[in-house]
Amino acid sequence: MLKTFSIGGIHPADRKLSAGKSIEMLPLPKRVAVPIAQHIGAPAKPEVKKGDLVKTGQVIAKTGGFVSANIHSPVSGKIFKLDEVVDASGYRKPSIIIDVDGDEWDENIDRSETLNTDITLSSEDIIKKVGEMGIVGMGGATFPAHVKLSPPPGKKCDILIINGVECEPFLTSDHRVMLEKGDELIVGIRILMKALKVDKAVIGIENNKPDAIQHLKKLTSQKSGIEVQPLKVQYPQGGEKQLIDAVIGRQVPSGKLPIEVGAVVHNVGTAYAIYEAVQKNKPLVERVVTVTGPGVTKPGNFLARIGTPVSQLIEAAGGLPDNTGKVVGGGPMMGKALTNLDVPVTKGSSGILILPHEEAHRKPVENCIRCSKCISACPMGLEPYLLMIESEKELLDRAEDDNIMDCIECGSCSFTCPANRPLLDYIRLGKGKVGQIIRNRN
Amino acid sequence: MNQKLVVSPSPHVHGGDSVPKNMYGVIIALIPALAASLWYFGLGALIVSLTAVAACVLFEWIIQKYLMKTTPSISDGSAAVTGLLLAFNLPTNIPLGLIIIGAAVAIGIGKMTFGGLGNNPFNPALVGRVFLLISFPVQMTSWPVPVESRFQYLDASTGATPLSVIKEGVASGASVSDLMSEIPSYLNLFLGNMGGSAGEMAGVALILGGLYMIWRKIITWHIPVSVLASVAVFTGILHLVDPETYVGPLFHLLTGGVLLGAFFMATDYVSSPMSRQGMLLYGIGIGVITVLIRVYGAYPEGVSFAILIMNGFTPLIDKYMKPKRFGEKVKTAKVQNTK
Repeated sequence: MLKTFSIGGIHPADRKLSAGKSIEMLPLPKRVAVPIAQHIGAPAKPEVKKGDLVKTGQVIAKTGGFVSANIHSPVSGKIFKLDEVVDASGYRKPSIIIDVDGDEWDENIDRSETLNTDITLSSEDIIKKVGEMGIVGMGGATFPAHVKLSPPPGKKCDILIINGVECEPFLTSDHRVMLEKGDELIVGIRILMKALKVDKAVIGIENNKPDAIQHLKKLTSQKSGIEVQPLKVQYPQGGEKQLIDAVIGRQVPSGKLPIEVGAVVHNVGTAYAIYEAVQKNKPLVERVVTVTGPGVTKPGNFLARIGTPVSQLIEAAGGLPDNTGKVVGGGPMMGKALTNLDVPVTKGSSGILILPHEEAHRKPVENCIRCSKCISACPMGLEPYLLMIESEKELLDRAEDDNIMDCIECGSCSFTCPANRPLLDYIRLGKGKVGQIIRNRN
Repeated sequence: MNQKLVVSPSPHVHGGDSVPKNMYGVIIALIPALAASLWYFGLGALIVSLTAVAACVLFEWIIQKYLMKTTPSISDGSAAVTGLLLAFNLPTNIPLGLIIIGAAVAIGIGKMTFGGLGNNPFNPALVGRVFLLISFPVQMTSWPVPVESRFQYLDASTGATPLSVIKEGVASGASVSDLMSEIPSYLNLFLGNMGGSAGEMAGVALILGGLYMIWRKIITWHIPVSVLASVAVFTGILHLVDPETYVGPLFHLLTGGVLLGAFFMATDYVSSPMSRQGMLLYGIGIGVITVLIRVYGAYPEGVSFAILIMNGFTPLIDKYMKPKRFGEKVKTAKVQNTK
């Protein structure tokens, strides 16, 4: 029996169309738009003004606090302007817009392909470096990585868990990083272990990626402390709390962080970025983005600079199919539907999913038949049907008592509902209101 | 780019499950029991099933179209399920008029008064059956003899059900071991060769249908298992205390409506609890009340009443029996060093 998490879960068809496609370098765009808030926490403060010349890798916006991250120029060229640009959330966000001119990198960055396995920096210096290089969680949550590497006083980490689950259907960017950047990834994990002062790390990978499991097992066999853990395929195993439960059988209590049970989780993409940051001095200026969808002619995985418009990625994958009904930033379960195609790639963009018209619309909502399938599906042990009613009727005190804030918004309830009820829509709404009340209380 | 894109919150894919898929799944699961019913009661079973299903669907359509003025949703299959379950709970020699009254009560009062599918607090088919049982006790408790009444309807020769043989026998002072000679063998009870309502006798067919629903994930095991286990445990204890007054658990499980109730009636989505723990409590309640009625009550059979009573407790159970939340118990599993 393969390990998996203990409550709920669903099995959407994985449809990994681009799993066999090697990472391809995307040509440089003519112009990039770099939002200054690409992470959870305070937005970065712009350091440049209109007309400035910048090099690739140069800091263009400085961290706005401890929970924040530096933003580096993903290209070389001239600052066109500082303006608001619509990002994947659909809102206008302050951004730095740069006209691309050549590709001149900051001279401190080592761009060679040589594998650098000697970790010379001390634990404190690694954490500092990770912060300087603007590394954030690349699985989608975009939590600044250096914060996760600095456990609060009194809390001790005893295990590092590397998230190679990629449980979202369609997405394959982490899968390709594991296959093609395995050596670098392992060094990245060793760096993280050193920073956290732990002697054990587990890479959790779902069993639908046997090649990645094989490959990383081969690379870790002679190194002590790093172990590959194959997991049963089940969504949402890539959720931090679910992954910890699956790998080491500990459940993070409600409202607490993984460090509470002695674990720190980082995504494989983040570990790879940390290798580049610490060993190569390379800030987070590009990432692997999957472009996929049932009608896409050339689905693939592309290494794109931050700020590249989504439309250019779609061109590289063979263009927008005729019957396109929806374009999603991220995977089909948790991704956001894009409002236009000029949205820039950000540090948290794992994929672009193009859905045809027939898959773009929801089916008509019917009465709840109380089948309790949403309860069976919920990985947090909640009652989605009830939370929806409580959110709809604004019974917010009861929603709070029924643990609405524990919802991880994985969408398993809406996916499962035979009556097509918009469970997560309402829960999200209620969560927002309850969260507001809780913040005002303190 | 001149196409309009759809923008909606996640998730952007759906699992494809639907209300009709579940309802027709229940109907498929009822086919073995229907086949058994046709085998034992022939013509009567055919007439009762067709009439009940047609009447339920028709009443739902009329009420939705002319009273509620909404688009009729009879194609979702829920009215047909109610009709079939109502038929399974009626004797096969019941006059047509009574079936139609039962269907009107089941759909009209049991279901549509509360707003239709999803809103009924009680199992509609049982509301119909119990209405008929109380209003027309004579017609509702004359049971055609299986096999030999195959080609008869209203004029079917009737006999007692095993449950009433035991109930009346014990009441008149006979001992269980004497009475056992008057009822069919356990094999016949399991195969359904006994008097009873149209669809409740064939244990093997009901279990088959129930397992199919569990396999298709239409229902979970919690309600059927807790009902059957609590009936078995309760009657088992009574039997151990006094085997000459109380029949054994196997007899209770195979006779009357226990299997039909456990797999098909108690598991009605709308009127049963939502959480696993709630389902177990609900099932135990049904089992215990069933045995209390059978052993101490006025009726030889109590499954219908037991389910309706526990339906009434469902909102309360939902309020206090919550699913196990993630992280409720902080596990402190130790990391094993495999290397």
